[in-house]
Amino acid sequence: MTTTIGTRVTGVAGQVGESPARPDGIEKLRGEFEYAQDLHSDRMLWGATVRSPHPYARILSVDVAPALAVGGVHAVLTANDVPGRATFGLEHPDQPVLADEVVRYWGEPVAVVAAEDDDTARRAAAAVVVEYETLEPLVDPEEADRVDEVFRRMTIRRGDQEATGAIVVEGYYEVGMQDQAPLGTEAGLAVPDGHGGVDLYATSQFVHVDQEQVVASLGLDSSQVRAHPAGIGGAFGAREDVNLHIHLCLLALHTGRPVKMVYHRSESFTGHVHRHPARLWYRHHADEEGRLVRVEARVLIDGGAYASTTAAVLANACYFAVGPYRCDSVSVDGAGTRTNNPPCGAMRGFGAVQVCFAHEAQMDRLAAALDIDPLELRRRNALASGDPIPTTGQMIETPLPTVEVIDSLLAMPMPDPSVPEDHLHLPGGSGLTTESSHVVRGVGYALGIKNLGFSEGFDDYAQARVRLADEGAVVETAAIEVGQGLVTVLAQIARTALGVSAAVVRNVDTSQIDSAGSTSASRQTQVSGGATLEAATKLRERILAEFGGDRLDDDGVWKRESLVAPMGQVTAAGLSETATFRHPPTTPPDEHGQGVVHADFAVAGHRAVVDVDPELGLVRVVRIDTAQDVGRALNPEAVRGQIEGGIMQGVGLAIMEELVLDNGVIRNPNFTDYLLPTILDAPDVEALLIEQEGSWGPFGAKGVGEPPTISSTAAIAAAIRTATGRPIERVPVRPQDIVGESAG
Amino acid sequence: MIITFRLNDEDIHTRVSAPISLLDALRDELGLFGTKSACEQGECGSCSVILDGEVVCSCLVMAADVEGSEVTTVEGISGEGVHPVQTAMHEAGAVQCGFCTPGIVVTAAALFERNQHPSTDEIKEALAGNICRCTGYGAIVRAFEELARE
Repeated sequence: MTTTIGTRVTGVAGQVGESPARPDGIEKLRGEFEYAQDLHSDRMLWGATVRSPHPYARILSVDVAPALAVGGVHAVLTANDVPGRATFGLEHPDQPVLADEVVRYWGEPVAVVAAEDDDTARRAAAAVVVEYETLEPLVDPEEADRVDEVFRRMTIRRGDQEATGAIVVEGYYEVGMQDQAPLGTEAGLAVPDGHGGVDLYATSQFVHVDQEQVVASLGLDSSQVRAHPAGIGGAFGAREDVNLHIHLCLLALHTGRPVKMVYHRSESFTGHVHRHPARLWYRHHADEEGRLVRVEARVLIDGGAYASTTAAVLANACYFAVGPYRCDSVSVDGAGTRTNNPPCGAMRGFGAVQVCFAHEAQMDRLAAALDIDPLELRRRNALASGDPIPTTGQMIETPLPTVEVIDSLLAMPMPDPSVPEDHLHLPGGSGLTTESSHVVRGVGYALGIKNLGFSEGFDDYAQARVRLADEGAVVETAAIEVGQGLVTVLAQIARTALGVSAAVVRNVDTSQIDSAGSTSASRQTQVSGGATLEAATKLRERILAEFGGDRLDDDGVWKRESLVAPMGQVTAAGLSETATFRHPPTTPPDEHGQGVVHADFAVAGHRAVVDVDPELGLVRVVRIDTAQDVGRALNPEAVRGQIEGGIMQGVGLAIMEELVLDNGVIRNPNFTDYLLPTILDAPDVEALLIEQEGSWGPFGAKGVGEPPTISSTAAIAAAIRTATGRPIERVPVRPQDIVGESAG
Repeated sequence: MIITFRLNDEDIHTRVSAPISLLDALRDELGLFGTKSACEQGECGSCSVILDGEVVCSCLVMAADVEGSEVTTVEGISGEGVHPVQTAMHEAGAVQCGFCTPGIVVTAAALFERNQHPSTDEIKEALAGNICRCTGYGAIVRAFEELARE
């Protein structure tokens, strides 16, 4: 559905296309915004979790008596205390609420405790005696693939499977396990309602799916559990899966008291899923002009111990394995393995990130083999609206400005080519580790493509309700604000559609409105934005009909030039409209991975400039220039914020962020050892927004959250290759990948 | 034990029951939730406060050690109004999830207290201990560059 809006409403500030400040900005700046960590309730208890110290073990016994003997402890619950479904899961309920008989990953919850305060709860958790018989963990995804321990296999076959090209390049690539590392850890509060039900206020990206899982495991009626959106310190995929939600509700109902839980940082690293580490094998065939003739890929991602979203991440990785390029002969074999590594699931870019690193390295290899400029090679193969997606064969019906992205990158000015003298701007920074004479510069390019919204036949919808009240237009939704600015953009949409100046967004709980779906897959601006536009448009029409007018503004309803109903009279009528927005339907793939499996696509490109000390293996990302297909930028400043923030997570994956595993155990679950980019690591960023009409999002908007993270990593890797001549077949790039004999 | 110190220009006498950090004392004993706990080991700056004129991570300071000291939190910087660093960040779009924001406000307020016109590098060096996971820092730098020009 394409919704068009006529002329802009005059005299109303903060409409779509402008960049009004966040409505919650001042509260956040004053430290007054209430996060899940800050919740409080009278007579509140604190919860803590007993976790497995082994990646794989049989539970021989659990003795909770020593914990119950700690003064101030009110409950210690194990698997036996879960009254309903023993397991949960975002797509497949395969993960025990509390482990029973076997633990399958390091940090898996075995028991939960409620006590008078946080410290007592944690001491009691440490007092629970669990006897384990350790088992040999399966930690090698290739071994898991061999023994068929997989959550999903994907087979994509499109076109002539015998096609070959004059030029063939092959490669093997690896992507490490990245963590979302949102600054706010998992936190929540469950409050019993006194009638056997419970209200849950917890960190989430999708309250309706949390509520369903709580209901199932507590064995309650759906009406007895209300999940409320709570203040969130970042998400990036980490909050799609249930973690403390069921535990909190269990403890609250068991004790009859409100229970709060806040994960410590080290616990957070085991309490949420991570980005899937990947191994990727590629063979590209091209003709002598560099046109892709055939792409063959094998994609192996490790899902860890439980399913989470591995099936969908694998599908995405396979669907976008070729990148934004035309190719009519494609073969992709994918597997998402089940091991005793930490569970992996959603993180910004969701499968497209891993394959982008590989397909872009392949495109550069091809360019080198053919002696063609890397961007020119991409231009010759650029995918466009009207083309089939190379993997699925789906015709692209919305704009896909791949060529415009490439041309924009080419036109953007390059930074001063000289390596800076000041140590602050050199690799290693103020550590004074290098001199500018030791530093070499490299430039690299990468493009990425990803689907927007949910795919493969998922009924992907969002509901929103709009009413006019004394405070202005009120948008009610269960869509989660994670920091991206949904509360700003939905208000902009309401102002534009209604023609009134004041608009607020209210998050309501799961009992008050239908689902808005997940704040993921770059989808909320398109889907909840679509619902808001539809509801606000219907409300305006209804108000005009009700009061016999032809125009609505801050004063009320007008007919020609006379005010027929002042605003007070309009708001007193208490009218509201609800709309449910669905994006164009998709279908599951056939057995060859073919079909209309996606609703929309976005393309972006990045040019990275890096400085490298090749003797020390140190890298500094100097600058990133980017062009991104945004459909229409509803709030250009917020779009820029998504682009800059997404690029930094791409910088992290390129050169520093990796969860290091040792036989299933995370060795660096803290911010001292898991390195995050600081302000001194931040490159200068220039972003060009490419706006083209035709997407089904409100006013033609496309989702913008994920594309910045997809190809920024690959561009940085390409730049390091250019600077050093090293193959750089793995991210994050470590000093040993740049220095020493093995890397040559 | 009872500790006595100046907190946001008020004299505080508070009982701390255990060897807790200043961060935990602020949040759990004194009900000041503006200071955020994110890494618990002094790496991220979310819990930044000004202690006797120096920006410190309150998670690394024992509550008992602020006896006789002067502590300013984000609540003290905000006061009844909006501090110029807060206005600058608000207008530049430098707030997303906001979890790092109070720590950045505290650090930046201390920076501008001692240097009203910091260079871009001085801004970045001052904020090197404050991790932001959302913005990529671009809007934060622009906010303070703009403020430094005023």
